[in-house]
Amino acid sequence: MDWKQLWEILSAPDNVPIIAMIPLLAFYIYLAWKQAHANDVLIEQLAGDAALAKTHHRKAWPFKAGWAKEVHVWPFLLRIEFLAAIIVTIILMVWSITLNAPLEEPANPNLTMNPAKAPWYFLGLQEMLVYFDPWIAGVVMPTLIIFGLMVIPYIDTNPLGAGYYTWKQRKFAIGTFLFGFIILWVSMIFIGTFIRGPGWQWFWPGQTWDHNRLIYEVNRDLPDIFGITSNLGKGIFGAVVVGGFFAIGGMLVHAFFRRHNARDFKRMSLLQYSIMMTFFLTMLGLPIKMLLRLLFHIKYVWITPWFNV
Amino acid sequence: MPEEKTPNGKNGKSAGLVERLKAGVKEDLESLKTDLPAKAKEQVEILKKPTKTQVYTSIFRHKHDDTPRNRALGVLSNVFLHLHPAKINRDAVRYSYTWGMGGITFYLFIVLTLTGVMLMFYYHPSKVQAFRDVLYLEHDVPFGKLLRNMHRWAAHLMVIAVELHMFRVFLTGSYKKPREFNWNVGVILLVLTLLLSFTGYLLPDDQLGFWAVTVGTNMARATPLLGHEGPFGQQLGMTPYNDVRFGLLGGSIVDANALLRSYIWHCIGIPIIASIFMVLHFWRVRKDGGISGPAPVVLDSEVKEAKK
Repeated sequence: MDWKQLWEILSAPDNVPIIAMIPLLAFYIYLAWKQAHANDVLIEQLAGDAALAKTHHRKAWPFKAGWAKEVHVWPFLLRIEFLAAIIVTIILMVWSITLNAPLEEPANPNLTMNPAKAPWYFLGLQEMLVYFDPWIAGVVMPTLIIFGLMVIPYIDTNPLGAGYYTWKQRKFAIGTFLFGFIILWVSMIFIGTFIRGPGWQWFWPGQTWDHNRLIYEVNRDLPDIFGITSNLGKGIFGAVVVGGFFAIGGMLVHAFFRRHNARDFKRMSLLQYSIMMTFFLTMLGLPIKMLLRLLFHIKYVWITPWFNV
Repeated sequence: MPEEKTPNGKNGKSAGLVERLKAGVKEDLESLKTDLPAKAKEQVEILKKPTKTQVYTSIFRHKHDDTPRNRALGVLSNVFLHLHPAKINRDAVRYSYTWGMGGITFYLFIVLTLTGVMLMFYYHPSKVQAFRDVLYLEHDVPFGKLLRNMHRWAAHLMVIAVELHMFRVFLTGSYKKPREFNWNVGVILLVLTLLLSFTGYLLPDDQLGFWAVTVGTNMARATPLLGHEGPFGQQLGMTPYNDVRFGLLGGSIVDANALLRSYIWHCIGIPIIASIFMVLHFWRVRKDGGISGPAPVVLDSEVKEAKK
């Protein structure tokens, strides 16, 4: 256990935001879960009691007859905003006094930093470079993330859960988002920051960074395993496999979605449904490709003269 | 020349003038003794009530007594506060619902603008000067180190705050009808925030920024169609000297032009674009019905299916 190495990584000034983000995220997930649970309990109660559903004010928070439904922004909201600004300023001041922004040697194109890391919020994408070619990891994926986020309001046809925390009314939407945000975004940033060392090799926390370490890893392409050698064969084989993933995966998701989100399925138009499927399956493809690489040392699935997937 | 006999003869005229002058001065002195003390007394009385002065009433258009009307006007007649409605739902002020992350993001943007402008006074975006300017800032400029630290950490905090804001908006379903478009504006603002942070990374011109931006922009080589190493790039005639990466960096390597470009994007280009989208974002929050909740829960059995 190399404590010095561990401390150097953990205390690197630019890594502090990520360390801060973990407890913050945990806290806010807890805060959201607590309210979602309270609302779900209330929803269940109201669903089973029609009379109560008519009279209850329908929030998990207390309300008594005679209480004003609205309050003045000044002072009830503005004082909170003012306080928040002061607290953020204090945090920022203390942080800035105690921790210095990093400054390395002057830029030198002849001296490559190893590991050369992107800013922490892009490390998830940099981590994807291990599993995908740069045109996918660096260009297609960010584009898909942006468009994927943008289409969310237009493909989520579930009218429930607008304006309050809930889990039971929106399991699929929240589950998918948590998977994308926590597993595919935050944890990849975590790996990129704390696990990846020189040569972008995997070093467990506390393991000494060895700049000379070589890993003898034979990566194969999927067509090689099946003994396909001709370029035409590889291209066709890859297209079949990737197409097969979307077809079979699509069928499985369809079978699940149709049964467990029957009302959403009924509401969605063909366009909404196919856009949802495309983004959902592409998202699922990410960890599958990663597992193929980590467990079976498979580099490419689809090889063509122009691009490899 | 005939002698003039008028009462205001040559001599009489001047004599009258002197007398009138004397009388006038005497009157003025008298006025100083009586009128000014009275005015001073009056002035003291006015200054005891500064809110009644013309200057004050010209700035603040409403009275300040603690009445519901004045509480509302205090928000509505103030250009900075009128983003808010006069009254909101009693539960909407609950921190546990909103987490305050959108507001904190905006506040951090303001902090970054202020510290950023101050940093600009000490920084030249040129290969010769940039790194030395940062050293100068850290070691010689009074509070220079604090200034740079605050700018950097506020930037990181802003990225975290934006992501948490998006997380909250998703979990509360606040992107649903009628807020779909504003969610999209928010996604654009998220991207702009990341780009703002990324363009600032290169500016100290140190190894950290240089290699981070090198790694980042190397991906642009591989852009499909538009990058010289991307799929179908070569077939479309892309070389290192005309592809999308060249456009980003103003050259084929991260050098002086890249520094200048990222400086201009960082300090002028993206902040202006982001400001426009922020105006749109805040305006739409109000137009789409204010903050989304905490709304009353809706039961599954109450959902009315739209007729097809």
